[in-house]
Amino acid sequence: MMAGMRPFPLDAWYAAAWTHEIGRDLSARTICDKDVVLFRKLDGEVAALEDACWHRLLPLSLGRLEGDQVVCGYHGLVFNAAGRCTYMPAQKTINPSACVRSYPVVEKHRLVWIWPGDPALADPAKVPDFHWNDGTEWVGEGGTFYSLQCDYRLVIDNLMDLTHETYVHAGSIGDEAITSAPFEVTHTARTATVTRWMIDIEPPPFWAKQLGRPGHHVDRWQIIYFQAPSTIVGDVGVAVTGTGAPQGDRSQGVNGAFLAAITPERETSCHYFWNFVRTFRRDDEQLTRDIQRAHVNEGKGVYDQDHAVLEAQQKAIARHPRMPFYNLNIDAGALWARRLIDDMLVAEQGPAARHMEAAE
Amino acid sequence: MAGEREWRQAELRATRDLTPDIRLFEIAPAGEFVPPAPGSHINVAVQIGERPDVRSYSIVGPCADGLYRIAVKLLPLSRGGSAHMWRLKPGARLSVTTPGNHFPLALHRPDYLLVAGGIGITPIYTMALALAREGARMRLLYGCRTPRDAAFAEELRAVLGDRLSLAFSQDGGRLDLASAIASLAPGGELYVCGPIGLLEEAKRTWRDSGRPVDGLRFETFGNSGRFASETFTVRIPRLGLEIAVPPNRTMLDALEEAGVAMISDCRRGECGLCALRILDTDGIVDHRDVFFSEEEKAENAKLCTCVSRVAGGSITVDTPDRPAPW
Repeated sequence: MMAGMRPFPLDAWYAAAWTHEIGRDLSARTICDKDVVLFRKLDGEVAALEDACWHRLLPLSLGRLEGDQVVCGYHGLVFNAAGRCTYMPAQKTINPSACVRSYPVVEKHRLVWIWPGDPALADPAKVPDFHWNDGTEWVGEGGTFYSLQCDYRLVIDNLMDLTHETYVHAGSIGDEAITSAPFEVTHTARTATVTRWMIDIEPPPFWAKQLGRPGHHVDRWQIIYFQAPSTIVGDVGVAVTGTGAPQGDRSQGVNGAFLAAITPERETSCHYFWNFVRTFRRDDEQLTRDIQRAHVNEGKGVYDQDHAVLEAQQKAIARHPRMPFYNLNIDAGALWARRLIDDMLVAEQGPAARHMEAAE
Repeated sequence: MAGEREWRQAELRATRDLTPDIRLFEIAPAGEFVPPAPGSHINVAVQIGERPDVRSYSIVGPCADGLYRIAVKLLPLSRGGSAHMWRLKPGARLSVTTPGNHFPLALHRPDYLLVAGGIGITPIYTMALALAREGARMRLLYGCRTPRDAAFAEELRAVLGDRLSLAFSQDGGRLDLASAIASLAPGGELYVCGPIGLLEEAKRTWRDSGRPVDGLRFETFGNSGRFASETFTVRIPRLGLEIAVPPNRTMLDALEEAGVAMISDCRRGECGLCALRILDTDGIVDHRDVFFSEEEKAENAKLCTCVSRVAGGSITVDTPDRPAPW
């Protein structure tokens, strides 16, 4: 990557918050290296402004919300939801150039999405398909790792190659069957899909418990769907072997989906919005809480395990700045994802943005 | 792909023909000299027709005098790197890297078996000199087409004496890998460099001997197969493409030039990322990679497009492209 090049596209929708997190107070986020303040207007819509006062750059998030306007906590300049200054202290007029940037915002799939790039290109139809998170057909309660200290692409690498479950998540969802089963990778211009079926295996502990059919072998699937630049949906589950799951009949099985909307914060940090949703026992709120706790639980959940690995990996990369990554067969899904990201970077920044290893 | 290395300006000091088609190049790099460990290579910037490209060449000998030596075999069917090198005259300006090493020699093993085929002698020669200097227990098996082709054979004979075994395929000679492995001391290591057939034979013989897999070390150079390189046609029904791959281009290069979206990393038959599924072929797939096992190669389900080719026919493959869901 050349100096000055961004590793993330700006012309894309990125998750900035869960909808329930944005209310009648000021919420600060850094998205793609841009400081943003979010709030909910009186009509219920979310607004996002540059989080730096036009005057002396104090973060507006340190001020207060008055109606649909933000009052700077330093000298009281007031900005409306479009970012235009509507009040300046000790003068009768307003400098016509006084404004802060406002960002396009869409609320969809229980998340607030923000477009940090060219507002003219911000088409709401381009919000990633994340309907699994709507809380209707699929149910589950997730969370966010804000300011996870790693390049957002390391999270993508992690989720596009689930052989890591065998080593990072042994004892819950990981086992040897994952590493020995073949997988297939396909792609379109904006998506990549990794498909792995493990036929006639002993279910790992988590899935054995959910299925509740002791003594039966299962067919297990992991179909991981990446949408550039940074949204991943993993359709996962098990069904009793021989009941037709690989052919499309999952009625004798249990089906879940892990959801990830990964938002670059800065070059080497990101916000990782996650959920694990399911179509079985949808009314069982205790199960919803249990699954949430299985993922994040004061360092003991499966995502806590990933969290530790990802941050340690980023530190190691910083310690070995000139060491390359080696890529294995298992990285094919991640490489397609990175290639699709690179295509977006080239479209925004020119050919030099393509991620190059040392010329060799 | 490896390690900390830097590009340096350099001058070609001298050349010397070791055999009718192997030429030694002495290269003086500018700046601080980074001494090469046995098994190291340098990268050299070359010009292939209109295109700048990079080739890796093993370093020959200890280079204690501050010059990098490489030996380049002129290959009429190569991708053009050797032809470029052979056109260079002493005094020519070069860009080279400091040494990298994909094939390091472990020290203080109880025994060593070194095996070289053809131009694969270059890293093995350097290892043999280093081990002889250490007084290590070792043997070297070196196979070539004819005695004329045996670069460094005299130097090696002088240093190794009867620890060197030569075999010439033109005379029906064969390297007896099985008995050499059988007589290797426990904990001994095997280092192989040569064409893919020799690598496969070494891997198979090593495995059959029951020795631990990590004791076999090898380096590949992906332009040698069981068959001569010839033009072949690749058909991709999914994309409606028919692409000719000339002898001096890889299938991966030809596909990328035709606009086929590919992923790849090592581009020398090691990582497996550029593999495509084979739908049909009316020729023989010349697998030149070290990623697939022999069993997988026999199945012919996939091929590594960066090195493998087709002899005597065409091939139909599938790519991972799919139509957009919306």
